[in-house]
Amino acid sequence: MAELGRAALVVTLGLCLYAVVAGSYAASRRRRRLALSARNALIAAFGSTLVAAAVLAAGFLRSDFSLTYVADHSNRSLSGVYKLSAFWGGQEGSLLLWLLILTGYAALAVWINRNRTRDLVVWVTPVLAGIAVGFSFLLVVVASPFAVQAPPLDGAGLNPSLQNPYMMSHPPFLYLGYVGLAVPFAFAMGALLSGRTDERWIVATRRWTLIAWTALGIGQLLGSHWAYVEVGWGGYYAWDPVENAALMPFLAATAFLHSVMIQEKRGMLKVWNVVLVALAFCLSLFGTFLTRSGVVNSIHSFSQSDIGPWFLAFIVIAVVFSTTLIVWRLPLLRSTTRLESLVSREAVFLYNNLLLVALCLTILWGVAWPILSEAVRGTSVVVGRPYYDFFLRIFGLPLLLLMGVGPLIAWRRASLRGLGRTFLWPFVISLVTGVVLLVLGAGSSIPGLIAYTFSAFVLAAIGLEFVRGTRARRALSSESWPGAFASLIGRNRRRYGGYVVHVAIVLLAIGIAGSSAYDSVVEGKLSPGQSLAVSGYTVTFQKLTERDTPHAAEVRAHVAVSRNGKDLGTMEAGKNSYKIAGPAPQVSSEVGIRTNYLTGEDLFVIPEQVNDDGTVYFRIFVKPLVNLIWLAGLVFLLGSVIALWPDAREQRRLAVRYDEAGSPARGQ
Amino acid sequence: MSLAILLGAALAVVCVVLVALPFLREPDPASDELDELTPERRQRLALAEERDRALAALKELEADHRAGRINDEDYRASIGPLRREAAEALRALDR
Repeated sequence: MAELGRAALVVTLGLCLYAVVAGSYAASRRRRRLALSARNALIAAFGSTLVAAAVLAAGFLRSDFSLTYVADHSNRSLSGVYKLSAFWGGQEGSLLLWLLILTGYAALAVWINRNRTRDLVVWVTPVLAGIAVGFSFLLVVVASPFAVQAPPLDGAGLNPSLQNPYMMSHPPFLYLGYVGLAVPFAFAMGALLSGRTDERWIVATRRWTLIAWTALGIGQLLGSHWAYVEVGWGGYYAWDPVENAALMPFLAATAFLHSVMIQEKRGMLKVWNVVLVALAFCLSLFGTFLTRSGVVNSIHSFSQSDIGPWFLAFIVIAVVFSTTLIVWRLPLLRSTTRLESLVSREAVFLYNNLLLVALCLTILWGVAWPILSEAVRGTSVVVGRPYYDFFLRIFGLPLLLLMGVGPLIAWRRASLRGLGRTFLWPFVISLVTGVVLLVLGAGSSIPGLIAYTFSAFVLAAIGLEFVRGTRARRALSSESWPGAFASLIGRNRRRYGGYVVHVAIVLLAIGIAGSSAYDSVVEGKLSPGQSLAVSGYTVTFQKLTERDTPHAAEVRAHVAVSRNGKDLGTMEAGKNSYKIAGPAPQVSSEVGIRTNYLTGEDLFVIPEQVNDDGTVYFRIFVKPLVNLIWLAGLVFLLGSVIALWPDAREQRRLAVRYDEAGSPARGQ
Repeated sequence: MSLAILLGAALAVVCVVLVALPFLREPDPASDELDELTPERRQRLALAEERDRALAALKELEADHRAGRINDEDYRASIGPLRREAAEALRALDR
């Protein structure tokens, strides 16, 4: 069925090219039927891409090794579920997944907005189609997943590190995020192309941005957890260039989600918002380029290939296109209002934006510098952890504080006397927290202590917001406390959903500070019966066992764990040597993790080296509060769902607004 | 192989029909012009956005004041200009 897959991709490319050319012509010459035809072509492109994706998925499930891609990334012994995840285990399949999500999003976006923002959508269609042309061209001409060969008896198998439940979900979530940013980008560009820079493009893309942003956030946390449990180095984020590639568009999109509120509330920052949307999308392309091109050395180097120059050209086109449009339409983007006071919520949002973008650009520089250095000077340099950690503290800690300051300050302006009253309780709580932590010994890390103190401030501020809001709601409607609380959130979903997301970020900050600033580590070579002690734990190496499975040869070190003399049971950690084709066996570390769910602490055992004489070189970490990071993911998702939940009141208000203004007629 | 080619051809035909559908449905329409916001309607939309913004700001100020986030002094200083903005937007929309 490779011919069908290839044909489907050629059809997709043809449809997208048609949507670009016909859509642009129809939009500029105001041709209604041609615009509808271009829209239909974009929707049909999703159908044909779906056919191509189904052919490839069927190839994996049927172990059709006549498809080179299938043979290179799976084998007969691979379980069904990993056969499916092998779809995105390599270059071509990942690009196909990108295209599938893009055309799916595009079809949905132009269909949903076909009435209310039709004069925008006619321009959005060719922009989205243009992006899809880039990816379908790569899949048809440069990196086809449907290349065929004489089928071998068995495939090469899937990279062992990808045979993990987190790898089932981490790449799709990241792609849902990366690709999702194409929709707000296309609407922003559509608004500029059509000259309709009113709020409709923002209203139309609010949820898309939030969905993409949530997916990027969850995708990164899933990737972090995968690194934590699977890669076996004792951490969850290594400032790897490809990890950074996902963080950068997330930061830009975070800045946009905040600054867009200033445009909605005050009609300000119109230029800044389109710049942020363009930045977020171009960074998502850059992220895909880093992941897919193999231009940087990374833990993700399993996806190296030669599509780099094509992708670079794609990024250059996107940057030049968006910059030209923004400069061209600058006169339309002038704000009618000005910042009234530097002590106001919009000012806090502005500071937050500056810090987020500064952090984003700092990371971009850290990622780009080694590439530029190698390209220009021919020497490779490494931008390491200290660089990123330094800027994370410099920009991240004030950002954390601003999350608490923002909700306490009113829009437009606030008097210092009023601020004193609203800040009193959060300030007292954070001060007490800081002093108590200092007494308990948290002063060993000043950034950690500051992070905890600021976290207490933010949690107090958010808690106060919920209490005050519920009390006011109760006074107004005589509801019960739970009823008033639910009603408060239900009537202000974006605001309170946002606060829940802020709680998630605080949990993340506490988890990161705890596990990185206050962790303990011990290492050493142990023979059976010998022990290592760390942070009150005693880990005693008991024995080694070996097991042969159809997929791998497994060796496990069994250790007994006790804390302050109390027996906590045993743990296993070891190495798997996978039986897959290749010049050398692929070996993975299978770490042992013991979680204390009450304190959120992990005891993390890595058997660094298993020796022939029966000794094992262990590295053992104690990571306080690390599990708050994963809990933050759940809270983050909850907050996002609250903010995303449809608001009937707002829909009615928008309907009234557009009906009064007489937006383009419906039913075409 | 032949089945794959057949399915590929069928896919192409379905896509072509879908793309051609607007022309097949309306071979000879009375107007092929895209409906567009006239300058007057665009002006009304801008005014409606302005009005919604002012009313939302008023509502938020009231809620903040009720919840104790804003003291009486700040409330009094802000409410007047906001009411004027909302009234101006409503007047402009009524014209």
